[in-house]
Amino acid sequence: MTVIVTGPVSKAAGRKATGRKVRWGIVDIVVVVYALIPVLWTLSLSFKTAEAQTDKGFFPSEWTLQNYRDIFTTNEFIRALINSIGIAIIATLIAVVLGTMAAYAIARLDFPGKQLLVGVSLLIAMFPQVSLVSPLFEMERQLGLFDTWPGLILPYITFALPLAIYTLSAFFREIPWELEKAAKMDGATPAQAFRRVIAPLAAPGVFTTAILVFIFCWNDFLFAISLTSTEASRTVPAALSFFTGASQFEAPTGTISAAAVVITIPIILFVLFFQRRIVAGLTSGAVKG
Amino acid sequence: MSQTVDSGPSEVVAAPPPKRGKPILSEGKKAERRLGLLLCAPAAIVMVAVTAWPIIYSVWLSLQRYDLRFPDQREFVFLDNYIAVLSDGYWWTAFGITTLLTVVSVVIELVLGMLLALVMHRTIVGRGLVRTVSLIPYGIVTVVAAFSWFYAWNTDTGYLTDLLGAQAPLTQQIPSLLIIILAEVWKTTPFMALLLMAGLALVPDDLLKAASMDGASGWQRFTKVIIPMMKPAILVALLFRTLDAFRIFDNIFVLTKGANDTSSVSMQTYNNLIRGLNLGIGSTMSVLIFIAVAIIAFIFIKLFGASAPGNDPGGKR
Repeated sequence: MTVIVTGPVSKAAGRKATGRKVRWGIVDIVVVVYALIPVLWTLSLSFKTAEAQTDKGFFPSEWTLQNYRDIFTTNEFIRALINSIGIAIIATLIAVVLGTMAAYAIARLDFPGKQLLVGVSLLIAMFPQVSLVSPLFEMERQLGLFDTWPGLILPYITFALPLAIYTLSAFFREIPWELEKAAKMDGATPAQAFRRVIAPLAAPGVFTTAILVFIFCWNDFLFAISLTSTEASRTVPAALSFFTGASQFEAPTGTISAAAVVITIPIILFVLFFQRRIVAGLTSGAVKG
Repeated sequence: MSQTVDSGPSEVVAAPPPKRGKPILSEGKKAERRLGLLLCAPAAIVMVAVTAWPIIYSVWLSLQRYDLRFPDQREFVFLDNYIAVLSDGYWWTAFGITTLLTVVSVVIELVLGMLLALVMHRTIVGRGLVRTVSLIPYGIVTVVAAFSWFYAWNTDTGYLTDLLGAQAPLTQQIPSLLIIILAEVWKTTPFMALLLMAGLALVPDDLLKAASMDGASGWQRFTKVIIPMMKPAILVALLFRTLDAFRIFDNIFVLTKGANDTSSVSMQTYNNLIRGLNLGIGSTMSVLIFIAVAIIAFIFIKLFGASAPGNDPGGKR
């Protein structure tokens, strides 16, 4: 969004405004460069040929798609990608459904233990995940969940729930619930009132929460590397550190970078299309929670 | 209009408007309490089952000698594991490194995050662009960013290798720590900035204008008006980031694997558990980290006072 300054039209003021714009423009460029350099570097590495990997240039001198071909012809990466997508989507769906139920209750209903629930989810949000790795490792081995999808989905749901509950209850508090009553007065059934009035108002919040939760699950590394041992459930972040080069004398720089680019694409798309929602979600949950 | 009164959602919305302060519960009130508990139960059960129970179990494991390589030697040893860990130099080195990384990166993030928040909040050109690109570090997978930094500083591939003036920076302790801090700060500053921006949005423009009229300079407005009004937001951001930084793992794992005394407590736990398969020691470290985090959280919440999130009695507006 660009704010157009409409001030007095005197020349001096106009010059001043332009000067301010230029200064802000320079600041903006600094931010853009800051945020993009590591991403561009990974992108550049992923397009470099095997020989050029060690030329230390920021940009590839010769472009190649070989790295992408390599990762998409090995089972290793494709399996990991399927695991990543599957696990993140299932965990997101469950966390958002459970979170929506709990957040609705927190935002709208009066019941004993509400403060406790809010407190517990705050505690879990701060919980050191590594503290769970040892017991979960042992428990999952005994329950047969080790190195399976549910073995990762469960901790993901747990750590996503506080995020979901906070963000959603902040959104739900903003919904004008009187509209529901108004709709009923106009003769809508409760189901209609929910479907036509409340659901459309709540949907953006639920959707935003789903994005945040997905990013969280997609990002995880600690659980992914501790609670998996084979391709059966290893997600991409964990699989990256097991990549090997084409020969033992060749570092897997190119293939790791190509895989890194592939799993960054969904993040870039979310950010591009839903920037405003993500910002709203992160800030509302954090401060008003 | 067809009459369709059934299905789950209708029950949800059918709850009567709540009333406060009635000693005797009406039918509707009871139904509301029941519904509230019912809706929260699944989330609460999952959270407790996957955190509270394992932590208790972890305390139990930490009191045993339990090495998966020698399972028959499993026995109850009381606090021996704790004595072993707490008298171990590696643990304290890792603890010191973790504390150092946490303090330094959170301080840098606070300063940079505040600057970024001001830019995102005030810029008059390209606000959408700035906000969008700032979200990239937040959203990107930490391991991906860590690999980018690894290859940037790696002697074979890196465009930054010679910058710190050290031969092979990732094989020496101090340069490695600096790079870990850089990676950590790059990734989390935008998150910090977003939390701060939420606080910044709560500072009324009128107040700033009034201060400006009274002759306050930009810096004075910042320190005397903006900062005090943002205090709750700053504390929330600091709390979240401090606890998050204390569990640093991904960046270290990729950048140094904890070599040359750059290991964090999380890294140590991972090494003992997954590499060493020593459940007893791993669990002991888990419990110690849990206690450390609880202490940090307690200190912060003391500082928070009434502004702690979760103290909001509301829900009904």
